[in-house]
Amino acid sequence: MVATEDKKATGQTTGEGFVYLPLIAGWLVPGAGHFLLRKWGRGALLAIAIVCMFGLGLAMQGRLYTKADDILDMLGLVGDLGSGLLYIVSRAIGLGNETVQLTTADYGTRFIVVAGLLNVIAAVDAHNLRTGRKA
Amino acid sequence: MTFSPSHFSAVLLFAACVSTVFGITMRETPPRMLRYGAYCFALFVGSAILLSWVMYLIAR
Repeated sequence: MVATEDKKATGQTTGEGFVYLPLIAGWLVPGAGHFLLRKWGRGALLAIAIVCMFGLGLAMQGRLYTKADDILDMLGLVGDLGSGLLYIVSRAIGLGNETVQLTTADYGTRFIVVAGLLNVIAAVDAHNLRTGRKA
Repeated sequence: MTFSPSHFSAVLLFAACVSTVFGITMRETPPRMLRYGAYCFALFVGSAILLSWVMYLIAR
C-alpha cells in the first residue's frame, strides 16, 4: 500500500508506465502524446493542425523569438517553446531569424506563437487521457 | 519559400487550425468535437468579419 502510494507520488503506476510520458512526448512532437495512447485519428489531426500552423508561420517569414529582453519577448519565447522540437530544430537550422518588413511576417510570428500554445493544450489533453480525467 | 496570404485567407487558415485543436481537446466524443470545432470556426470567422465592418464604419 505504502509502496503503491510512493510510486503514484513520483508519477509511476504499476505496470502502466510513466504517467507523464504522453505529456512530455506530446510537447516534444505534436500529436505524439495521443499516438502513445493509440488515439491515432486525434493525434494525426492535432499533428497536422499544429505543424501546418507552425510551417505557415515560417512560410510567412514569421520570426522565432530568441531573447527575453522585455516582457512581450518573454511571452513570445514561452509561446514558441511550446512547439517543442519544432522550435528547437527550426532554430538549429536558422529558420525564422531574419527581420522582415512585411505585414504577413507579423502574422507569421503570431502563427508560430499560437502553434506553440496549441501544442501545450494538446499535450495536456494527452495527459488528461492518460490519467483518465478525460475519456 | 514565401507565402503571402490576404488578411482574410490568413483568418481562415488561423481559424481552421485553432478550431481543429479546440474541437479535439475540449470535447470527448467525435460528433461533439466536430460540432464544437465548427462552432469555433464560425465564431472566429464571423467575429473577424463583424469587427472588419465596425472598423470600416468607424473610419468613414
